[in-house]
Amino acid sequence: MPDQLTKVKPQAGGNGAAAAEVDDASWTLRTRRWVDRVLPMDNLLPHRQPYYVGSWVYVFGVITIAALVWVVISGVVLSFMGPQWWHDSGLGRFFNSLHFWSVQMFFLFMVLHLWGQYFMAGWRDGRAATWIIGVVIFGSSILTAFTGYLSQQNFDSQFIAINAKDAMNSVGVGAFFNVLNFGQMYGLHVMLLPITVTFLVVVHIVLVRARGVVKPIDPEGGAAS
Amino acid sequence: MHTNANKEQGMDAPAQYFDWGFIHISYPNLIVIGVMLVVFAVALVAPFPHGSDRDA
Repeated sequence: MPDQLTKVKPQAGGNGAAAAEVDDASWTLRTRRWVDRVLPMDNLLPHRQPYYVGSWVYVFGVITIAALVWVVISGVVLSFMGPQWWHDSGLGRFFNSLHFWSVQMFFLFMVLHLWGQYFMAGWRDGRAATWIIGVVIFGSSILTAFTGYLSQQNFDSQFIAINAKDAMNSVGVGAFFNVLNFGQMYGLHVMLLPITVTFLVVVHIVLVRARGVVKPIDPEGGAAS
Repeated sequence: MHTNANKEQGMDAPAQYFDWGFIHISYPNLIVIGVMLVVFAVALVAPFPHGSDRDA
């Protein structure tokens, strides 16, 4: 390591080429430059936006995120307190309802956001990854909701599990996703799937920031310039 | 636990279903889909409030 230290040390005689060579080999520097190029701070936290950002479609997306925040907060409280609390106590039922209705809002506005993006062709101009990740979020959210119905710990969840097992077996995944196994379904619901959805939402937002929102479609059929 | 477990009421009761030909859907789901369509239609025509210092 002393050799490298010698190379990166600034020298009065001017050994810039060697220093630059070592700099290029630094993964931290390369990563920093890549982030600066792909997601500059001006894009990450813009203080001004094009006029077409003023659309209810993006309000729907923001409401979806707000609902997700409440889903996670109420879900953390529910998982901490346990099934008996959320079934028997008044406060528990309140948080149970908060969790349920936040999910309703989450899905309602996510689908409205999806409809809007579909008709705007939001995948144009290099935004395919943003669209695809949004679709994956939608699918992951459905799995999360299904496992949530199985985690209620009531007769309804038992009824759903007993019927859903046939659906799982019919598509050949019953050995991997046993809906009668409460521990597996609860673990998926409170850990793996929420982390997946939240992570993908963060990636979705970062991609929106990196590329900006899609321009309106002009009457000529192409994208407005 | 509930003392009136055999007396289903409100949201504990099974939903009523709307039937029309091959369409078979519960009223809660039907209402939610209707509300979504209405909100989407309103969003298409409702003016979006703009601030005073917007970029063009």
